[in-house]
Amino acid sequence: MNKKPIAMRDALLERIWKAMGENKKVFSTCADFGSPILDKIRADYPERFVNVGIAEQNLINISAGLALEGYTVFAYAIAPFITMRCYEQTRVSLALLSEIRPMNVNLIGVGAGYSYVVSGPTHQCYEDLTLMRAMPNFRVLSPSDHVSTAALMDICMERMGPKYLRLDAQVLPNIYESADQAVKDGFHVHKSGDKICFVATGYMLHTAIQVANEFKQKQINIGVIDFIDLYGFEKEKLVKELRLYKKIISMEEGFKGRGGMDALLFDFLGDDQRNPQLINVGVEGGYRFELGSRPELHELVGIGPLALANKVNVVLQTLD
Amino acid sequence: MNPMVFNLIEKSQWVWRETVAIHRRAPETRLASSLSPIEIFVALYYGGILRFNPSYPLDEARDRCVISKGHGSICMYPILADLGFFAIEELQKVCHTGGFLGGIPDPVIPGYETVNGSLGHGLGVATGMALGLKTKNQEQNIFVVSGDGELHEGAHWEAIMFASQHRLDNLHLIIDNNSISMLGYTDDIVSHGSLANRLQAFGWDCIEVDGHNVLQVQEALVRLKNQRNQKPKALIARTLKGRGVPGLENAPLSHIMNPKPDLLDTLLDTSK
Repeated sequence: MNKKPIAMRDALLERIWKAMGENKKVFSTCADFGSPILDKIRADYPERFVNVGIAEQNLINISAGLALEGYTVFAYAIAPFITMRCYEQTRVSLALLSEIRPMNVNLIGVGAGYSYVVSGPTHQCYEDLTLMRAMPNFRVLSPSDHVSTAALMDICMERMGPKYLRLDAQVLPNIYESADQAVKDGFHVHKSGDKICFVATGYMLHTAIQVANEFKQKQINIGVIDFIDLYGFEKEKLVKELRLYKKIISMEEGFKGRGGMDALLFDFLGDDQRNPQLINVGVEGGYRFELGSRPELHELVGIGPLALANKVNVVLQTLD
Repeated sequence: MNPMVFNLIEKSQWVWRETVAIHRRAPETRLASSLSPIEIFVALYYGGILRFNPSYPLDEARDRCVISKGHGSICMYPILADLGFFAIEELQKVCHTGGFLGGIPDPVIPGYETVNGSLGHGLGVATGMALGLKTKNQEQNIFVVSGDGELHEGAHWEAIMFASQHRLDNLHLIIDNNSISMLGYTDDIVSHGSLANRLQAFGWDCIEVDGHNVLQVQEALVRLKNQRNQKPKALIARTLKGRGVPGLENAPLSHIMNPKPDLLDTLLDTSK
């Protein structure tokens, strides 16, 4: 890895800043939420940047109106607010309207899962995968490091329609040197395994790699797949990959069994006997107000490395 | 009488009759809230206010008309058909399989810009369009037709604040102020007080007219359209919900009342 890790948002905003310099049809909006790179956008392209204030409903409406006038729009705010505060604006004027009129609006939500660690449930976000993928034409993109985040820019610019980019608020270690192929396929195989494979998204990929490495020392090879594009992934390729295993363990920083990535995989794998069995790992126990580090909070809700290792041990017994 | 004025009055009467006739055939449509904005739409479309192109409804050179009170705009169906946006025969198929004119209009209908009917969305999207046009240095206008009931939606006010902050003087909000939402008079639910005062306090220019005097509406729209003074503009049109239909006109529950078919037949016969 030759690139120093940076925040996902800065990697993406840097590319947006560049695109705004090259293309006068790119517009940035935000709901009073910043970053040093956003300051650069504000300073260099004030005529194509607007801060609507703390008003996410208006953020969506203004962005929709700009898209109708031909702009490619990047709307930027905190993840729970840009997904939930304005859900019906998003449904009506992005999801529904873009079925009829060509529009390109990219919602950028910062603060996936528990990434606002000490801010509690208002700022944490465990429902967004469920809600955004409930709209059948919404492209949900959930990267695991800043390199794959930046690589999503090509999809944002080239593909019409509504998109949601779920970004972590913390700087995460680098995973990719180049993520172009991963973004093209919508997923990436990081490790091949024997009988079990983790399919993880966002931050959880890092947990998956950590736990897989621990089992490797016990001569147990667990596969690891990063699931990035929950809408446009290469279905044939993914099913071929998953059929190499007996058990798939899905891992997401979102509520378990409530329509998130696990529901996608359950639906995708279906009841075809050739497909492996899916075990889903996600946030359990509802809303919590305890304080702690991110790994501590993860253990509390069943998605930490220890919880995951226990799950693997149980699965291993069923395989013997 | 000036021929255009005569035309506007006659058109308003024709649109009223056609709207009642549509409702007679398709009782699922909202009649009361579609009778209050008739003169607003007639002034916009026949009074030389809007630039439009029926053969290419999304022509870049058009003025944009966003109909936020989607459900209460069934009166637009005869207008759009009359102007050639689609075949007049479509008016026979409202709410029917195979037609595209539904109980709540969608932008699959040529002439409709946005998804509405879910209230409080139109002004915000139109405000984004107004900002987009300004950024592109295009001089087209945006007109939004909203009810007064939907001003209870907070998103509307987010847009109202934004529009004056950004000096969007290409944006025109026309309020079909019929003073009634679904369960009664808005004054009894959450009163807007003086809407003009409120909008002016938010930095908007405001004109108030009798919304059923099509000439007044047309003149006010000409004035507002020609005025580019860095302020968004509102026309408050005082109207009557269910206008012209006995029992329905200004009745607090008119939104959910369906007049008897016999009454509608009589009205249609006598208004010929």
